[in-house]
Amino acid sequence: MSESLRFMMGDFAAEFPTDRLYAKNHMWAMPSFNSVVRFGFSAYAVRLLQDIYFLEFGIEEGAELQNRQEFGNIESKKAESGLYSPMQGKVLRINERLLNDPSGINVDKYGEGWLMEMQGDSSEMLNPMQYMEHLAKAWDVAQRTIKGQANTIESSEE
Amino acid sequence: MVSANNESDTSTGLLVVVSQGQSRSPEKRALEDSISMIAASLPSTTCLVVPHLYDLASDSQSVNKMRQWAGPIVILSWLFDRAGFWVLDRHEIRGQHGEVQLLNLDLVNDEDDEEEDKEDEKAADRVTNIAVRPSRKIYSIDMRAGTNAEMFATEFRRILAAEQLDAPKKDLLSLDRFLNPTNSTSLSIDGSGKLDGNSTLSPVSHESPLGIVPLRMDEHPQRRWYPVIDYSRCTNCMECIDFCLFGVYGVDRGETILVEQPDNCRKGCPACSRVCPENAIMFPQHKTPAIAGAPVDAGGFKIDLSKLFGAPERDEDPAEAAARERNEQLILAGRAAVDFAPASSATETSEAAATPRKPDELDSLLDQLDALDL
Repeated sequence: MSESLRFMMGDFAAEFPTDRLYAKNHMWAMPSFNSVVRFGFSAYAVRLLQDIYFLEFGIEEGAELQNRQEFGNIESKKAESGLYSPMQGKVLRINERLLNDPSGINVDKYGEGWLMEMQGDSSEMLNPMQYMEHLAKAWDVAQRTIKGQANTIESSEE
Repeated sequence: MVSANNESDTSTGLLVVVSQGQSRSPEKRALEDSISMIAASLPSTTCLVVPHLYDLASDSQSVNKMRQWAGPIVILSWLFDRAGFWVLDRHEIRGQHGEVQLLNLDLVNDEDDEEEDKEDEKAADRVTNIAVRPSRKIYSIDMRAGTNAEMFATEFRRILAAEQLDAPKKDLLSLDRFLNPTNSTSLSIDGSGKLDGNSTLSPVSHESPLGIVPLRMDEHPQRRWYPVIDYSRCTNCMECIDFCLFGVYGVDRGETILVEQPDNCRKGCPACSRVCPENAIMFPQHKTPAIAGAPVDAGGFKIDLSKLFGAPERDEDPAEAAARERNEQLILAGRAAVDFAPASSATETSEAAATPRKPDELDSLLDQLDALDL
């Protein structure tokens, strides 16, 4: 991982290596041979989640997923989310080590903290520059969403 | 199935069970530890620390240990209290709802009380009114309800007083029977208080008197996914057994619905809970609180980032969602999807009355079940 692009999330500088592609749902995608693509969370996703405490796959290896089909969920110190397939294809491997220790994602998100490998057509993935443009738009929405939900939580506690 | 009231002189006081979370959150782990230490130090109280309640198999050491307890039980888990109660019930650790005052305040609202005050028109149909549970109390506490161990200690003391167990000393003789059963399934603990299924050694800890340290069950169950039925809501209408195409549901000899093959359930799929007209089916690990057993349709406490991480926008009613989820699972299992045919009584609220089944439909359903020799 030699070069990377940088996106500022407020004061936080999120780094995105240029040796791979990115999915719109904030996973990185590393294609290898035979249409096999390894996926993991981008620095943008990890920054929003922060410390990850729990990860659950709702599927087994071998499952055929549609694009954006829910396949699991994740919980962190600050947030929770469903997990949605970054593309249509077959799940070949899931990173079982993350089940017992999901903090592997925080420790090495672009390496050992990979999420799963799928086989399918990754031609819809964004190159790093395209992903930067996508982030610029996504970041506005993310800030509004987080502020909106935080306000709701505070008012419901009163 | 009617369980006998087997409370007897062998009751050893209060059993406090701490079910550990799957999450690696250090705050949660620390809270579990301090709650169990405090519980073990209270009078007339034994504390048992078990792996995540929902993952336990019915024949696990932890479940067997809990089944031996005839007296009142406090179960603490990272589940909604209703889910914790009915997971135990599923393992035949049964009793009546003990009133808990330490509640997850974010989930309490006034509507809840109104609903309880309302007369239950279907009271006679509820399974718990037909198969009455034993009279001993089971107090299910959602560990998210408190932020420090002292809050839990206060609740334990209140429960001990309510059970008239606030006497100053432990009943060592009967406690010894719990810790050291003489039958062949007995377990013992080593010096650190850890249960060791193979050891036949005497269990006394060196530092602490008997029963002053929590018993820790050393098991590591795999994660599971299956529905849990709230029999105080279930009217045995059989919508779920009709809907599920994976053979999860069955009936017992009394023809009461049960989760017969929990591990046939499709991981992540909550579809049957959406078709239940009484909202009696819970998936305790589902991220939607209403499906996981929350008392009201309350929001989570954490920020939901699903929309930001690619969750599709959907506008569908519960019956449509259930049909879609079932089809997704059928396809994942390599089977053919089925047509969307909403059941007449599939609604999202418990207000809506279930359409009574025509006897001939029910008869034919039962005939089919008989033919299957379940």
